[in-house]
Amino acid sequence: MSDVSIDINKSSREIQEENHNKGEYTTFYDVKTKYKGILSWLLTTDHKRIGLMYLYSLMGFFLVGLTLAFLMRFEMLTPGPTIMDAQEYNSAFTLHGVIMVFLFIIPGIPAVFGNFIMPMQLGAEDVSFPRLNLMSYHLYLIGGFMALGSLIFGGTAIDTGWTFYVPYSLRTGADVILPLMAAFILGFSSILTGLNFVVTMHRMKVKGMGMFDMPLFSWGLYATAWIQVIATPVIGITIVLVVLERAFNFGIFDPALGGDPVLMQHLFWIYSHPAVYIMILPAFGVMSDVIATFSRRQIYGYKAMAISMMAIVFVGYMVWAHHMFTSGMSDFARAMFSFFTFLVGVPTGVKIFNWLATLWRGSIKITVPMFFSLASIFLFSIGGLTGLVLGALSTDVHLHDTYFVVAHFHYVILGGILTMFFAAFHYWFPKMFGRMYNQKVAMFGAIMYFIGVNVLYFPMFIMGYQGMPRRYYDYLPEFQIYHVISTVGSWILITAILTMIINLFYAIKNGRVEKGNYWEAMTMEWEDSPSPPPLLNFEKTPVFRHGPYDYPDFSDEKIEEAK
Amino acid sequence: MSAVSETHDNHHHDHAGHGYGDNSKLYIHIFRDDLGSKVGMWLFLFTEVLLFGGLFFLYFGYRVADPQAFHDAALNLDVMLGAVNTIVLLTSSLTMVLAIVAIQRDSVKLSLFYLAVTIACALTFLVNKYFEWSAKIHHGIYPGSDHVAEMPQGEISFFGLYYLMTGLHTFHVIVGAIIIAVCMVFIVKKHINKDKYIILENSGLYWHLVDLIWIFLFPLFYLLH
Amino acid sequence: MSNHAELHEEEHHEEHPGYGFYTAIWIGLIALTGLTVAIAGVDMGMYTVPLALLIACIKSMLVLNYFMHVKFDNILVKVFAAGCGVIIALVIIFLGFDVFIGGS
Repeated sequence: MSDVSIDINKSSREIQEENHNKGEYTTFYDVKTKYKGILSWLLTTDHKRIGLMYLYSLMGFFLVGLTLAFLMRFEMLTPGPTIMDAQEYNSAFTLHGVIMVFLFIIPGIPAVFGNFIMPMQLGAEDVSFPRLNLMSYHLYLIGGFMALGSLIFGGTAIDTGWTFYVPYSLRTGADVILPLMAAFILGFSSILTGLNFVVTMHRMKVKGMGMFDMPLFSWGLYATAWIQVIATPVIGITIVLVVLERAFNFGIFDPALGGDPVLMQHLFWIYSHPAVYIMILPAFGVMSDVIATFSRRQIYGYKAMAISMMAIVFVGYMVWAHHMFTSGMSDFARAMFSFFTFLVGVPTGVKIFNWLATLWRGSIKITVPMFFSLASIFLFSIGGLTGLVLGALSTDVHLHDTYFVVAHFHYVILGGILTMFFAAFHYWFPKMFGRMYNQKVAMFGAIMYFIGVNVLYFPMFIMGYQGMPRRYYDYLPEFQIYHVISTVGSWILITAILTMIINLFYAIKNGRVEKGNYWEAMTMEWEDSPSPPPLLNFEKTPVFRHGPYDYPDFSDEKIEEAK
Repeated sequence: MSAVSETHDNHHHDHAGHGYGDNSKLYIHIFRDDLGSKVGMWLFLFTEVLLFGGLFFLYFGYRVADPQAFHDAALNLDVMLGAVNTIVLLTSSLTMVLAIVAIQRDSVKLSLFYLAVTIACALTFLVNKYFEWSAKIHHGIYPGSDHVAEMPQGEISFFGLYYLMTGLHTFHVIVGAIIIAVCMVFIVKKHINKDKYIILENSGLYWHLVDLIWIFLFPLFYLLH
Repeated sequence: MSNHAELHEEEHHEEHPGYGFYTAIWIGLIALTGLTVAIAGVDMGMYTVPLALLIACIKSMLVLNYFMHVKFDNILVKVFAAGCGVIIALVIIFLGFDVFIGGS
């Protein structure tokens, strides 16, 4: 982090190479830019700075969503009113959904770690369209503040649930238009990120690197980026139509004017189901990188891993109507969509088995990111397998719109995705900041997190199976024991999350300085670039030397020794 | 793609032109990737297609539900106006592609002429649409009107979709015309020239997409007799 | 930039078509428009809609391949364009499972 004087007539590469020869370099934090202070961040086109801005904004919105979740869970501690009334409860779960889905988990891993890490994994200096990348962040901010604005200034906050089904979203007196427009703008931001990533991964790879030489994190982002491009426009038009219908009575969705609410549900889920894969595929990518690094092994079945992600994209696009089994679709459609839902289980299963096979005979080191990955395999498997229970027609009729669905969804989202978000955060933290967090505190937080998720959501499976409907403000006394356990779980989980976040953010300024390849990983962002990276990511244009997971094969040696 | 287009090559840095927006003086960082820009544009076009796609899905659903109402409602639309607009848009697509050929051959004036014709076609389309819509509105056929509310439900859906789809399309025509006007300015200022015309090519792609969507809107709304 | 000439081997394609070629495509498109209007006046029962859509598809293939240059473009563009078409077709088919086979 030395402060190097800069000659105005030299290109950044010349400066970097000179400094390299002197044995020092300027990190992208210290580099002098056209704008000073806060503007050097807000108007930057550097993918690393944009990634960090996403990180801070996402964390802010995440804490708002977390607060709403805490309040909701607290409300459910006792039957009847506890701390809020029914209308406030409706608004709370809606805003919790909108904020967590559109502002946190969908941009989540791609916007933060994708932006920061992916170009470095490819040996590139930036994404293909840096200015578009910045615009995408600005749109994200605008959308975010619009969503928060409706929470603060909107009179009655939106109470439709994050699914904003018609006809209720056309009739409710709450403020629907502002949050929906926010979701539209956030969709635009998501599309631009996806478009940028697809082109980057096709066009910016370092010379000699092919598509099947990319680390699996980049593959996960590639698959995600495709869904962002092909699915998000459909929610865009759906939102526009709902807003127009509400304002001008076009007769598109309103059943009183001949509209068909089921068609609106179709359009909504054509995006919103693939959106689940937008969330999970980057998490799968992180998982692959982390498991390979800490098992010191080539990932088992690399090509199958990459191809299964693309298979999830295309099969996953065709299963949207399994959210509508009780909406009055035709029986034939229900059978078809149920069949394809089961089909998605195949590539997902391939991935789970391959991770386990990678661990087999690996030289496993349990670090915080590795702990999260192992926890995630366990939690995501629970989430995924209960998904099959819901994907089967007959059981779905019984379990639809109960807490079973809530538990399934949150096991996938918190168990599969948020765990991997924190795994990625802990894994790439030394890369991003050149410092190390307190690993003992982080491990404590991670274990608490694992316990918290299970205590919070497992009782929901039971009460859902017994018939507790979701989104209800009140409940029968027989469900109280489960709600109490669940609420206690939410306290454990929130404590764990806050512990980890405080630990990490404290380490940004005060952690131990760690400049090199902290985990001794083989991917380019660790091997070829110092931490934190210089402006153009690499001190010298990197050369593609080996695949992402070419670890020396320990297992053969061990077998030899054993003999 | 012309001979000057760059494949991906990290070694190549031009010491001129724009680079990083935030440090254009200090850190000049540029390489051109015309194929990359074009692929990016295509991806953007897919999002546009899927945006319209949502409406086409709805059209499909409502039409299958009540084909007779769609047939009856379509009698209110003027086939001639639709056909004229189709020809106008096809012609504008031709002049757009000719403008690119002209710039490839370094005929700047010819290129500007063809682009001017393209914009003129866009304006003709808009004037035509204005007369078509104002006639409808004059007869009380517009979303939310009392006249429409009394119609059979299938016809309400038809006119809802008619206004939404042609409206969204018209919006794209206006945006496309503005983009082409900007391209003309760039040509005059030599930002677009014989060696560097990817912006014009991408604008052309956008304009052809507008044409492409109309090719489907025309039979789906006007030719139901 | 000439020293990079060897790098763009993959992006080279045959010479750009000229003014005459595009004008011929345009004449074809206008002719198809005339045809589809003419056919719409004739009552052919259930074949009217598929025929109109078939003509629209032919027209769009002409625009895509020649005006939008897909025929001469990099394989990447071709694969992307085909993929987009396949996805829309699949969504319509899957939507058809519900819309056509009305159960409720």
